[in-house]
Amino acid sequence: MTAGFEQLRQTAEEQWEDLTTGDIPVITVGTATCGRSAGALDTLDVLRGELAGRELECRFVEVGCLGPCYAEPLVTVSLPGAATVLFASVNIKAARKIAAYVAGGELPEDLAFATIGTDSIPGIPELMETPVMKGQVRRVLRNCGVIDPGDIRHSIARGAYSGLQRALELDRDARIEELDRSGLRGRGGAGFPVSRKWKFCIDAPGDTRYIICNADEGDPGAFMNRSLLEGDPHALLEGMIIAGLTIGAAEGYIYCRAEYPLALARLAVAIEQAEEAGFLGPDALGSGRPFRIKVKEGAGAFVCGEETALIASLEGRRGMPRPRPPFPAVSGLWGCPTVINNVETLASVALIFQHGAAWYAEYGTTRSKGTKTFALVGNVARPGLVEVPLGTTLREMIFDIGGGVASGHRFKAVQTGGPSGGCLPEEKLDIPVDYESLQEAGTIMGSGGIVVMDERTCMVDFARFFLDFAADESCGKCGPCRLGTRQLLRILEDITQGKGTVSDLELLEGLCHNVMRGSLCGLGATAPNPVLTTLRYFREEYVAHVESRTCPALACRDFIAFEIDEENCTGCAACAALCPVDGISGEKKDLHTIDAAVCIKCGVCSDTCTFGAVETVQATP
Amino acid sequence: MSQKIEVSIDGSTVLVDASATVLEAALEHDLFVPHLCHDPDLEPAGVCRLCLVEVDGRMVTACNTPVTGGAEIRTDTEEVKETRLGAVELLLVNHHHGKIDCEEGTACELNRIARFAGVDETRLDRYRPPDRTLSKDTSNPFFEFDPSICVLCGICVRTCDEIVGVAAIDFVQRGFDTTIGSAPGQLWIESDCVSCGECVERCPTGSLSFTGFEVPEREVTTTCTYCGCGCGVHLGVTGDRLVSARGQRENPSNEGRLCVKGRFGFTFVNSPDRLSTPLIRRNGILQEATWDEALDLVAEKFSGARGDAFAAIASAKLTNEENYLIQKFSRAVMGTNNVDHCARLCHSPTVAGLVQSFGSGAMTSSSKDLGDARCTLAIGTNTTAAHPIIGLQVMRSIRAGGKLIVVNPREIELARYADLYIQNRAGSDVALLMGMMRVIVDEGLHDPEFIEARCENFEAFRDSLAEYDEATVEEKTGVPFEQIAQAARMYAENSPAAILYAMGITQHTHGTDNVLATSNLALLTGNVGLPSGGVNPLRGQSNVQGACDMGALPNVYPGYQKVDLPEVKAKFETAWGVELDDAPGLTHLEILAGVTAGPIRAIYLVGENPALSEADATHAREAMEKVDFLVVQDIFLTESAEYADVVLPAASFAEKDGTFTNTERRVQRVRKAIAPVGDSRDDAWITCAIARRMGEEGFDFDSAEAVMQEIAALTPSYGGITHERIDQIGLQWPCPDASHPGTRYLHAETFPRPNGRGRFFPLEYRPPDEEPDAEYPLVLTTERSLYHYHTATMTRRVPGLETLRSEELVEIHPLDAVALAIASGDRVRVTSRRGEVEAHALVTEVSPPGTISMTFHFHEAPTNVLTNAAYDPVAKIPETKVCAVRVERA
Repeated sequence: MTAGFEQLRQTAEEQWEDLTTGDIPVITVGTATCGRSAGALDTLDVLRGELAGRELECRFVEVGCLGPCYAEPLVTVSLPGAATVLFASVNIKAARKIAAYVAGGELPEDLAFATIGTDSIPGIPELMETPVMKGQVRRVLRNCGVIDPGDIRHSIARGAYSGLQRALELDRDARIEELDRSGLRGRGGAGFPVSRKWKFCIDAPGDTRYIICNADEGDPGAFMNRSLLEGDPHALLEGMIIAGLTIGAAEGYIYCRAEYPLALARLAVAIEQAEEAGFLGPDALGSGRPFRIKVKEGAGAFVCGEETALIASLEGRRGMPRPRPPFPAVSGLWGCPTVINNVETLASVALIFQHGAAWYAEYGTTRSKGTKTFALVGNVARPGLVEVPLGTTLREMIFDIGGGVASGHRFKAVQTGGPSGGCLPEEKLDIPVDYESLQEAGTIMGSGGIVVMDERTCMVDFARFFLDFAADESCGKCGPCRLGTRQLLRILEDITQGKGTVSDLELLEGLCHNVMRGSLCGLGATAPNPVLTTLRYFREEYVAHVESRTCPALACRDFIAFEIDEENCTGCAACAALCPVDGISGEKKDLHTIDAAVCIKCGVCSDTCTFGAVETVQATP
Repeated sequence: MSQKIEVSIDGSTVLVDASATVLEAALEHDLFVPHLCHDPDLEPAGVCRLCLVEVDGRMVTACNTPVTGGAEIRTDTEEVKETRLGAVELLLVNHHHGKIDCEEGTACELNRIARFAGVDETRLDRYRPPDRTLSKDTSNPFFEFDPSICVLCGICVRTCDEIVGVAAIDFVQRGFDTTIGSAPGQLWIESDCVSCGECVERCPTGSLSFTGFEVPEREVTTTCTYCGCGCGVHLGVTGDRLVSARGQRENPSNEGRLCVKGRFGFTFVNSPDRLSTPLIRRNGILQEATWDEALDLVAEKFSGARGDAFAAIASAKLTNEENYLIQKFSRAVMGTNNVDHCARLCHSPTVAGLVQSFGSGAMTSSSKDLGDARCTLAIGTNTTAAHPIIGLQVMRSIRAGGKLIVVNPREIELARYADLYIQNRAGSDVALLMGMMRVIVDEGLHDPEFIEARCENFEAFRDSLAEYDEATVEEKTGVPFEQIAQAARMYAENSPAAILYAMGITQHTHGTDNVLATSNLALLTGNVGLPSGGVNPLRGQSNVQGACDMGALPNVYPGYQKVDLPEVKAKFETAWGVELDDAPGLTHLEILAGVTAGPIRAIYLVGENPALSEADATHAREAMEKVDFLVVQDIFLTESAEYADVVLPAASFAEKDGTFTNTERRVQRVRKAIAPVGDSRDDAWITCAIARRMGEEGFDFDSAEAVMQEIAALTPSYGGITHERIDQIGLQWPCPDASHPGTRYLHAETFPRPNGRGRFFPLEYRPPDEEPDAEYPLVLTTERSLYHYHTATMTRRVPGLETLRSEELVEIHPLDAVALAIASGDRVRVTSRRGEVEAHALVTEVSPPGTISMTFHFHEAPTNVLTNAAYDPVAKIPETKVCAVRVERA
């Protein structure tokens, strides 16, 4: 089988060489979910249509997400003998221009975002020199946006499964040691050393073992795993096979949320191809051991990202966590020793075996090694998927890579770690992003969501928003989480509605601690983070709400009013036309006024006015 | 002895069980650690979060944290107290109406914990009160669920899953809206709930509460009157009424568990329909009479029918002592061996078959040990419906990874949990089991050492397997051979493997052969003589085992001592001081047939209802109509009592002392909880009174205990049994002498046969007596409902049970239903060669195509009018499991 693999690799490399350096134009279009939502499929259609009529042979490759989601749809064109050019925000009009370029026309320089590779074009930066990419190190994501995720040969040509081959040359202890030296910690959030988790499983008594990939990326705003699954599914499969063969599992399960249809489709194709190639099956890559992978679709419960709840769901039971011990490594799926790692962790395992532990550990801090992917979102200029060495500061990520706050407003806070992450103020932006530093600051790494907020965000309302999520997603099993998150939410609702009291702040804090300490699983244990960190860093906003009954950010409806400024109002009546309660009156071309008695503070008038005449002000109590 | 380790709890060093959890360790040392979701019968759940403690400085829940040597456990740190107080406060605010004491009073465990945790009620006002109203679910007739008190500890959910195995309920919805139920918006009664009440019993807050029970003045521990599981039950008594029931934890047969009948099914005792005075037929009408009048008449008529003109039908619902007295009366007073009882209709092939092969016709294992079987072959038993508490052991075995093979023409509930479900043609068990054994022998999966050392007649048996080739077996059973081979391997390769069977095996014209096939299988694989294997006939009635043991059978005295053996006859003649007959008497069917075609002129019918229970019931009714003198002794005016010349009102099980012997051979106490209702008398008193009026001696007992002393003296297997020894926990026979501890499982060393060996029997397949044809194209098989018992004389007088199942249903497969244009709920007429019955149809895939099924619980639709009285030549059991019928819309 290894001979078979060598042959396959050779063919794959030749084909890849032919594709990337041959004399046929190659056009790639990023058609992952982010690209599609920006219209990439239309772009692709136009390109195909435009070029179909011409006597021109060219190759189209659908690739995954390159990372700069804000610039989707992304298209690259490699013409024989010319530099590969990356075009950004390729709408239908732009697509026509690009088609013309492929057909021999001028390079539309205004659309060119960067060049890729060694050949350069004056005036156009190389991709890794662009501000969004400069601080990044693309390792886990190296194939995303580059290869066709539906073609295993692309992956193989770029090194896939060589890590598996190398792992098989090592005995089990050597593999564990290699992992140990890499310093890889779980990328699902808790950061538990991967080698230790595998070792626990190996040492647990039992005949049957399982490896599970947690692809139930439930954080709103997080899409690292989705992008990886859509752009490079073999990275996961390779890591999972290494894990399975190392811990002695014959079966692996990928628990992937059903809301990821494209990722599921890509996984299905990848698994089929890996079976055909002999990486999966009765004798995985000549290891003499069987290994198979099955995919289970999750049904959208946030808590099913918690490992014991995930296992319950996989077993066909209601997805609720159970207390540990026993840990899944000892008693997991159907009571058997089970390792659960997330998508990024397993993809990193593949990398470690492809390139070696030392290579992997080049980046990172003393205790947090390697690179980590993040979904950089919120009110940031360049939202997208980024990968940086652990230890990079939040400021570098938000301002250098992300381009700072999008709106021109002032930066206010950043939330890390998803809905149960804490939120940090500007003075904490220089802490290095690693497991310990974030925890010390009151937040968590989580799976890697980063949400940027500007000064218009009310931090009490922010906490309320995430407690609403947590209270809704609480599985209901244990009291502290089921009832505590609900209490927190109701108190926060009261505060944002002007019904809070000073003593509520103390109650909030006490409740937060009791929920965190008392809850059964990580959901409850982290759900109060948004409240605690905002109380810690933005306490004055809470105080303003309960004492002076004001919302400093002018965000909470019960504390604000809308007024029309005499100077700026042109009497265009646009606001009056859209007001859902007919609360705005005034003669055409005359000053309009808002009737405070009927105003529901929806803010449509403010959003509509192009003259800046509608002002948000503190309501008079 | 488990290992002990040292840990420190709140500063004191104590020795604890090495396998204990921190919670168990603390509780063992009388240190209260609050907990709501812990139950010793269930796996730790860590749900309520109240048992927080610090172990070596780390806060953990005590219930799921194992102790480790040298661990420092603190239950009283400030952080623990504060977190716990917070958790308790949240529960009180949201589930307890914001009060420490709930309205239900002191039964609520949360009250106690709230006080322990130091809740200050005034501080609860800080919290936001719950912004929802929850309504009670009162849909179940026996209990209700009040979600506003529920703390969602999940004990009910886990009980239903881990103990009952049904998993009817779970957490539904999520977040704050989470509640307990089967599905959002679905009522409890609409779920798979089997109404056993185990969850209600364990609910720590009273959120689940019994609706019909009252707090009793006192409790009396006795044995359940229903099936042969023989569960220990504490009957709650107030005045002269039974007001509650709960399981007896110390009883190994049920370990505190009860089924729906065993918990809620005793209110028939208080029914106004109870017979309260003797009745004598005068001018064709049953009229009230005094005991003197009734007893004089009976004594006079019986005196004139001595010898073979007399027959007694005893009862599997009576105590051992009463059955002993009835057979003694028949033999010693009436001079005949014409005494039998309803075991003839259920397990006579068991006695006939297993006595031949093993030397003893009883269940070989203990109920509790069945839970440790590595494989269970449940053939011809609807265990969860007919023997629910043994069903729990099957569930326990599966939960521990044991295999389950279910063989049944009907896709019974157990089939859902089976590793292998085989839907064979009704009446094809010999072919199926012999087919399995052929695979076992062909593949060398049998146990040659066991066969060599402990069996006989193997070669003849092995040769008889030749005719069970693949094609033949498939043809007879209608089952793909591969399934049979799979069953063979599963059974043979997972030891200990237990065979469970009931009437699906016995109620056939080849019932004895079926039983012998099961014993062949167990012998072949060495699955006899070990705790969790064996052949386990599940006996249907509370004392059917005892009634057989007591010799309420026409061919044996107590302890299966044969009436035709001279030394046995001599022994009883000496003991009873009379001359005895050495000719075996008539069996159940023969007694009734003997009215028209034989010598029978007087029948003493005790606690039995042949008008509904006898195959070809019309003939039974004719016999009762015709017989010169019929005495019926019962607690209700049954359908059979309506034919009586004299009706004698008997006391129920709750009104007398004595013993029952359950299916696992355990002799247990029955205790008088209340005085006999009205002017009714216990059966022992009545039988003795008749004998005495006939001028006979040997019927002067002042207590049931005194009867048991006579039994023990004459019955070797009961030799060591006294009421005193079984005061708390029963003893399993054989128990030959006062120092014998009883027998947990049979045939450990040797078989009680002349040469001590188990015997193989070559078997030939014989089809059912009546097979479908053009006129009667469908097969009718009979079944039982979980909610009713036998002819439902008792259970239909329990209103809640009547609510759960109120009528006969003809279960028919959709394919047959479509062909006959029948839909669920349609009234249908079922006709056999012997009669017709009308009932509503239930279209269900539980019944296989071509086979319908009915219970025999409902007098409005007397199923046994249809069934075939053709019987097994050895055991003389009628073939109530198979007859040919046609079905049409009524």
